[in-house]
Amino acid sequence: MEAEAAKYIGAGLAAIGTGIAAIAVGTLFALFLQGALRNPSAADSQRPNLIFGFAVTEALGIFAFLVALLLLFAV
Amino acid sequence: MANPLEQFAIERYAELSVGGADAAFTNASLFMLLILGITLFFFWLGSRNPQLVPGRWQAALEGMAGFAVDIVDENIGPKGRPWVPFIFSLFIFILVANVVGLFPYSFTVTSHIVVTFAFAALVFLICVLIGIAHHGLRFFTLFVPPNTPIALMPIIVPIELISFLARPLTLSVRLFANMTAGHILLKVFAGFVISLAAAGGIWAATSVVPFAMTVAFYGLELIVAVVQAYVFALLTAIYLNDSINLH
Repeated sequence: MEAEAAKYIGAGLAAIGTGIAAIAVGTLFALFLQGALRNPSAADSQRPNLIFGFAVTEALGIFAFLVALLLLFAV
Repeated sequence: MANPLEQFAIERYAELSVGGADAAFTNASLFMLLILGITLFFFWLGSRNPQLVPGRWQAALEGMAGFAVDIVDENIGPKGRPWVPFIFSLFIFILVANVVGLFPYSFTVTSHIVVTFAFAALVFLICVLIGIAHHGLRFFTLFVPPNTPIALMPIIVPIELISFLARPLTLSVRLFANMTAGHILLKVFAGFVISLAAAGGIWAATSVVPFAMTVAFYGLELIVAVVQAYVFALLTAIYLNDSINLH
């Protein structure tokens, strides 16, 4: 297989990681909403934790996107 | 379709060499000076005529400073007070850098790994040096979580060590990849608008769809810009807490 073809296939496979990150972020917000609907008065105090958890989870998905970009443009 | 990666190109404006090292004045340097100018301008607006009951600019400035103080207080505790200016400066610089990059024809300083790695390396070095300065060699007990059975230590300590060493890497790549990916996405959607509009006829009418997507993505990118700055400052405070109050 040529290197070019392998790079494109690799980039496509790396993009699967972003889908998995999407599931993770959705789960995070779903659990937050579940808790917030049971205990609305405590929801505001946990919002910074939600934003922080979202950012670090999203970062991992973006690392996968970064691998795809590296394969396409930098290798 | 135009190349979405052109926006990240570094253009040199003036050559300069510092002791043999290349220190040319580039568009990145220009934008960092611009960020400094914007920050100083808003701080000047906020602190011109300080009143006991603050006016709008002063209230905004106090709100931002209070935000940084909250981050430090919640995560480091009383020993963290000296670190408030550091966390505040990091937060403001990265925030303004991210937001300035969103303007059309602008350049995003934090979309270059060298810039974000400089910040992350600074934070990491400060954490290690402060930890060793405060605690001496007992700083390395950071890698042994409390109440770890001795039998598990050969597994746990290398894992903790590796995740500690991964901190500057993830800190820098998180900011860099978020900014780069977001801006590439924006340019790709904008390219779609141009391609569809240039095709003429019925296709020109459908160019409204990628235009609406671009507008929606700009909103998302603004949120991401602010959240990434907040997360960088928050993680810095958390890492400082690990160094100052070991466990």
